[in-house]
Amino acid sequence: MTTGRLKSAPMNAIAPPPLLIGCAAGFSGDRTDAAGPVVDTLIARLASGPAQQRAFLIFETLAERTLALAQLRRRDNPEAGYEPLLDAMLRPVLARCLAHGIRIVSNFGAANPRAAARHIARMARELGAAAPRIAVVEGDDLSGPEHRALLHETLGAQMEGLRIVSANAYIGAEPIAAALDAGAQIVVCGRVADPSLTVGPAMSHFGWHPDDWHRLGRATMAGHLLECGAQVCGGYFADPGYKDVPGLEAVGFPIAEIDAEGNCTIGKADATGGLVSEATVKEQLLYEVHDPSAYLTPDVVADIAEAEVKQQQGAEDRVALSGVRGHARPSHYKVNVCHEGGWLAEGEISYAGPRAEARARLAAEVLRQRLDGLALRVDLIGALSILGDDAGRMLADTPDTGLRDVRLRVAATHAERGQAERLAREVMALYTCGPAGGGGVRTALTPRLNTLSCLLPREAVPVRFELLGAEALA
Amino acid sequence: MNMNTATDMVEVPLYRAAHGRTGDKGDRSNISVIAWHPELYPLLVEQLTPESVAARFRHRAPARVQRFLLPRLHAMNFVLDAVLDGGVNDALNLDAHGKALSFLLLDMPIRVPSALAPLLAGP
Repeated sequence: MTTGRLKSAPMNAIAPPPLLIGCAAGFSGDRTDAAGPVVDTLIARLASGPAQQRAFLIFETLAERTLALAQLRRRDNPEAGYEPLLDAMLRPVLARCLAHGIRIVSNFGAANPRAAARHIARMARELGAAAPRIAVVEGDDLSGPEHRALLHETLGAQMEGLRIVSANAYIGAEPIAAALDAGAQIVVCGRVADPSLTVGPAMSHFGWHPDDWHRLGRATMAGHLLECGAQVCGGYFADPGYKDVPGLEAVGFPIAEIDAEGNCTIGKADATGGLVSEATVKEQLLYEVHDPSAYLTPDVVADIAEAEVKQQQGAEDRVALSGVRGHARPSHYKVNVCHEGGWLAEGEISYAGPRAEARARLAAEVLRQRLDGLALRVDLIGALSILGDDAGRMLADTPDTGLRDVRLRVAATHAERGQAERLAREVMALYTCGPAGGGGVRTALTPRLNTLSCLLPREAVPVRFELLGAEALA
Repeated sequence: MNMNTATDMVEVPLYRAAHGRTGDKGDRSNISVIAWHPELYPLLVEQLTPESVAARFRHRAPARVQRFLLPRLHAMNFVLDAVLDGGVNDALNLDAHGKALSFLLLDMPIRVPSALAPLLAGP
């Protein structure tokens, strides 16, 4: 990791053109046709913009449990463990990005950034593109035996007996910026913090110092608006009659224009559905935020307590974010540790017609009595299945309203597979031993992953980037 | 002038005055509430208190409810601790993230002066 990057921002009277950053994925499993319109739009903007304008494409594909699942795949196959949709997401746009100087930054390396880099190099060869300069960012993965003592020091007794699947520090933008400074066209990361995918390119492009807190704070919130993909463009927003979204079936993905101060204007890909409005931006700005004056990331503590959001006059789907501040970054990295968590058993059966709800409730009561020793969650799909709590307090307060089409769902977890399997067998047995007319039994048994979190001092987690040579990419 | 304050107020579900979204991290849920109009915001500040929201979520027995105000956005952010039955990796709920919880809050009844009723969203 390079330190002491002392480049200062240019002091020209003429402001440099804004940096364009498009986001083409908000989670692992996002739409794979999202990138095309984003890249088309970036190419058009670069063509019509000033010569110094630059553009990036980011993909955010990691959530709290994604990395643990990726580690499990890597155990089975040493060449796996990166984003399974990498090819589907990137192949449609890779050649165009390389041809037009659009650099790519993503955490789609997941548990195996080097294998992802090899896959991308192979894809470029297959597409007939010149070999891209690919860098990997590493240091986040703390799952190896050499890190066990460090985790144990912090987690202590909580770690006794746990079967660790993954352990990752949420690392920041500095190694991304350093990789870009070194000439990388594609930066493949594992667990970097989501907004760092945006902060890294902005730091590199504008030459911001890693303690330029206000600018980093602003770019962090630009990254926060981008990191969930369509969620700032009318995705996850529509509520007919209250929040109508045009063309939701073709909802566009966002493009941020970030200026030299870090302030941004959010828009979306041309010729797509959805909308960018003050309402969509406010919802996404507060998404997964706790104290708005202290949004913690490895790069900065961003502060949106005084932030403002303004629709740009005369411009559809363009909203400016300003007033964001930043404070000194935390001294520690957040670390998520995923471990094997026993088994989840689920079973469902449907009842319909007169007294369907009463029969479903009776079936639940039968299961409760038969499944002594399992803490059973009961849902009556159609009456109450989502807002209720696992302990069933809300269901107990919900009277039988005589619903005529109800699906009973029960779920429980147990450390031992055999105990969890009892639930599946008892739901199946409702066919002949339960209330009248039950049908459509489905059962599932799934291994569980549980998570622990802790903080580790930054100096205990060395991070680095490496520009991969032809040999490493073969 | 009608001096009967009771008739000057209409009771409506919160979703007519505000919109919002739920986020989750671990066993903690955050729910934003964003006024549809600046003039509706003071009513939300007055009626959506940490106490009234905790009562709304009593079945989930929150360990703590915090409210953060964002007056420039005409918004507030509620942070509810220990309401997700352990969070996405532990909960037995089909919606282990608690993504639907914003709609539990948005269905909460609030009182709005009749004079402000034209600012409400929806039917």
